[in-house]
Amino acid sequence: MGHDGIISMVDLTKKYGDITAVDQLNLTVNSGEIFGFLGPNGAGKTTTILMLMGLTEPTSGSLQVGGFDPMRDALDVKRIVGYMPDNIGFYDDMTGRENLRYTARLNHIAGQEAEVKIQNLLEKVGLAEAADRRVKEYSRGMRQRLGIADVLLKDPKIIILDEPTLGLDPEGAEELLDIIRDLGQKEGKTILISSHLLYQIQSICDRVGIFVKGKLIAEGKIKDLAAQLSDGGQVIEIRAEPVEQLADAVMSVAGVNFAERHGDTVIVKGDGENLAPRIVTELTARHMAVYHLNVRGYNLDDIYRQYFQGEEVK
Amino acid sequence: MTVTTSTTSIEGEDIEKKVKRKSSGNLETIFRKELADQLSSSRFFILFFLIMVTGAVSFYAAMQSLPADEMGDSGFTLVRLFTTSANSLPPFTWFLSLLGPLVGLAMGFDAINGEQNRGTMSRLLSQPVYRDDVINGKFLARLVVLAIMTAALGGFVGGMGILMTGVAPSGEEILRLLLYLALSVVYMAFWLALSMLFSLLFRQAATSALGGIALWLFFSIFVPLLAGMVADAVFPANDSSQTASEFYNVVLRQNISRLSPSTLYSEASLTLLSPEVRTLGPVLVEQAYGAISGFLPLGQSLLLVWPHLTGLVAATLIIFAAAYTLFLRQEIRA
Repeated sequence: MGHDGIISMVDLTKKYGDITAVDQLNLTVNSGEIFGFLGPNGAGKTTTILMLMGLTEPTSGSLQVGGFDPMRDALDVKRIVGYMPDNIGFYDDMTGRENLRYTARLNHIAGQEAEVKIQNLLEKVGLAEAADRRVKEYSRGMRQRLGIADVLLKDPKIIILDEPTLGLDPEGAEELLDIIRDLGQKEGKTILISSHLLYQIQSICDRVGIFVKGKLIAEGKIKDLAAQLSDGGQVIEIRAEPVEQLADAVMSVAGVNFAERHGDTVIVKGDGENLAPRIVTELTARHMAVYHLNVRGYNLDDIYRQYFQGEEVK
Repeated sequence: MTVTTSTTSIEGEDIEKKVKRKSSGNLETIFRKELADQLSSSRFFILFFLIMVTGAVSFYAAMQSLPADEMGDSGFTLVRLFTTSANSLPPFTWFLSLLGPLVGLAMGFDAINGEQNRGTMSRLLSQPVYRDDVINGKFLARLVVLAIMTAALGGFVGGMGILMTGVAPSGEEILRLLLYLALSVVYMAFWLALSMLFSLLFRQAATSALGGIALWLFFSIFVPLLAGMVADAVFPANDSSQTASEFYNVVLRQNISRLSPSTLYSEASLTLLSPEVRTLGPVLVEQAYGAISGFLPLGQSLLLVWPHLTGLVAATLIIFAAAYTLFLRQEIRA
């Protein structure tokens, strides 16, 4: 990793009593990229973000955000970082515009400049018409979009979004992701986005880091990740009838070193060329009916399943 | 917007930081927002209405019960109205000492946890604001609202008194009244600080409100009861021949009950509004023998309640300091 990282963490650790929420995290995020924090709930993503914002003190390790140490210069960090917490809240009795006005004032953006900026942002996130309604009446998607406007108000160098698509319907999530993608690609912001919904954010991230139980188990470009995670072997899932004999039949194929039944599906692990076709040939030879076959280990979906859903393949 | 530029020397950077630290300027922004929030909230209107109506009613009743011949000639008519109880209605001071804590509690019980539960706290704290600014701004805004409320109440009731009795108050009377109102603000501020502390300790607004009310009941009802029980146990006073024991019983009882801010407030407000009160402790008949009844000058009355005032201010500050420290160290989880 180069030294040009706009965010860097070295051996960052956070413990809550006996529980280690973040464990020896080493990570660098480069300027101008969209980086995805992926991981199941409770993997330490939010804790890491809170430490980046200086809202939580690390137990040990060091970190740097935009050239500042969040523990010592929290205010400097907060000037250049826009953070959208998960479950973002607004003052319900105030209108969207009034909420933004308050944020503007807290960031010392005054008067006419603030009004113009607020109007532009509201248009950008598609809330211009709802701007003078109370936030109480906003839908979840509207709140999230107002959150984006809120974050952008201070014209941040770095944007941190914690579970931005949580609780949105697919359409709303897509709209939000479009806005985020534009921010990264057209405006060159550095964006850190955390989510457990891999499918939604995989398309907009330049790089991702996968968190499991406080540890970063993999990081890199999505297409490189699969190779990084799999040890050259393949994982194949098969559904065929009769399922009782399936595992034994598969085990007889050369190169298969593991087969286990999960319900009506058998998970197979093995290596060698043309493993899947050879298995199919074997099953056909045994007059078994193959209904489904999926070769895993090549895309993030599989990594996701492997680590997030706790399905034990090894 | 100021962005740190590379400075030539470390010293220069340090100075720049110090200057920035001073001019964060967000205390005012938060203060204003909180003030506007408070003043436009329906909670404020309910409390204000409640306190105004009870104040006015008790004051009016006191005026009706004041003997007509006593008006004007003995002096201090206006301030005396505040402590006069009508036939069945307790005096104004009693109502304020009862409702004051409630007002303070109602204003602060969800000051912090309310924002946390609505998810606005982490958004607020991710803006360039110092945490001190947040809690100070919240406290100051509420304090100002309390002061406005109390001043309005005092002005309204006092004006009503002047108008209806037709007796012009002396300068000292007005001064006593203002001091009493200031004391009431301090007393309410004590409960405000306490409820803000509770709003930090408890995540649920309902729990912190209940905690505050429990403590209010404890201080205003149980501490005096407890004081009596302890005093009776230590210095039995059922035998009237044992004057010393009886005397110490009263002293001990009083000192224990002074641990409660409501006792401090009641004693202080009584002294400030009734110039004829010369001492707050027990007086032996020998000591009172030959004393000419008269009014205490304001300075002497103040001297009498100075410890009370100091105690109340100190208690408020200590509790606020605790809330402040807690808030600065608190984990902000979304």
